[in-house]
Amino acid sequence: MKYVDEFRDAGIISGVAREIARTAKPSRLYRIMEVCGGHTHSIYRHGLRDVLPANIELVHGPGCPVCVLPTGRVDDGLAIAARENVILTCFGDMMRVPGTKGTPLELKARGADIRMVYSPLDALRIAASNPEKHVCFFAIGFETTAPSTALTILRAQELGVNNFSVFCNHVTIVPAMRAILDSPDMRIDGFVGPGHVSSITGCRPYEFIARDYGKPVVVSGFEPLDILESILLILRQLDAGEARVENQYKRIVPWEGNPPALMALARVFELRPYFEWRGLGFISQSALSIKPDFAGFDAEKLFNVPGVRVTDPRGAQCGEVLKGVLKPPQCKLFGTECNPEHPVGALMVSSEGACAAYYRYAMHASAVEA
Amino acid sequence: MCLAIPGQIVEIAEKEPLARVNVGGVTRNVNVGLLDDGAVAPGDWILIHVGFALSKIDEGQAHDQLRMLRAMGEDGLAIEEVRGYRFAEPSQ
Repeated sequence: MKYVDEFRDAGIISGVAREIARTAKPSRLYRIMEVCGGHTHSIYRHGLRDVLPANIELVHGPGCPVCVLPTGRVDDGLAIAARENVILTCFGDMMRVPGTKGTPLELKARGADIRMVYSPLDALRIAASNPEKHVCFFAIGFETTAPSTALTILRAQELGVNNFSVFCNHVTIVPAMRAILDSPDMRIDGFVGPGHVSSITGCRPYEFIARDYGKPVVVSGFEPLDILESILLILRQLDAGEARVENQYKRIVPWEGNPPALMALARVFELRPYFEWRGLGFISQSALSIKPDFAGFDAEKLFNVPGVRVTDPRGAQCGEVLKGVLKPPQCKLFGTECNPEHPVGALMVSSEGACAAYYRYAMHASAVEA
Repeated sequence: MCLAIPGQIVEIAEKEPLARVNVGGVTRNVNVGLLDDGAVAPGDWILIHVGFALSKIDEGQAHDQLRMLRAMGEDGLAIEEVRGYRFAEPSQ
């Protein structure tokens, strides 16, 4: 309760927690997946596990961009960085993600020109001011981030910056949720739907989950009270035998999403037939590639990337944790070989990764959770 | 990674889809090309992610979002991100 007590709505939170306890039937187990890594972070940081009844299990979903990127794609990006006259740019989160031959940060220390940027537009600016070099942006992220990459490519075309490309690893969340629903070893009763992703996509893309799979989806904000309210809304639907998409995060998420951003996505990107996700394997139509119209900005068309599939590091069970089959501390390397200072797997890198969040907040707070 | 940072628009550029935005005392240019044309004006609040405005919000929502970032311990990172935007600043 420590973090919750510090929160200004502590009284309201206890009220919602009591209502959750009243609504949950003691005779059954509820498995609720929070899809988004931001939610995972908030759940651990605020100790929300401790205010929920024991028969509600929170399963951490795949909504952490660096976590789901398979090692082979990290290697591909680093192969681009190893070429002559190339500057590779990426977000800070990517800098510490291990590839087979090290992290981007380690390769930088060995002489590769790899630079951290806060915006894809910063990568474009580096290209414009280094015309003798080629500047590649290592793009990762869900629908929250992909429209920014799309506009950056359009801007590069408009400005005629021809020494700029994007190594596109953008993924879309809905096919991953479908894969989870189709997976025989993952029985999920309902979803806490992603917040900022939904501000772009809107709520409609989740409707098939309620309609075809009979599972509630509640799009949720990130504060402790938001997440608890969303869990309560899911329980109420289950209790009434209903399955609907509800929007708890109306203050940010319009039901129809962000039309200009969706148009930018449609203009620049198309769906890949399939893409590999760490832990979940190959998922059909789950990622974006750059349309042929913009082939001159597509690093995969410009450079021969190895494209080799690489298994997780020996002993690391990132895949099982990502699927929710194992809790972070049940991985053999957790907290020993793999820790935030020396991450072996990507889930220990980002603050949205289940392992990093668990390590930071839950290890000492609740030793019983595993 | 999926931080969405609230900021208040100080000024809108005339030609490019750019706005000068104040985030916790730091002022940087942010791209507003993902919003409908003319959707924002000086004084409006927006949510920012990797250099782009994702949506227009009201002042109350902006304060909610700031409180959320503080509660997550990510407010420092948010300022650091915005401070890092260099794409529309004069070259040093």
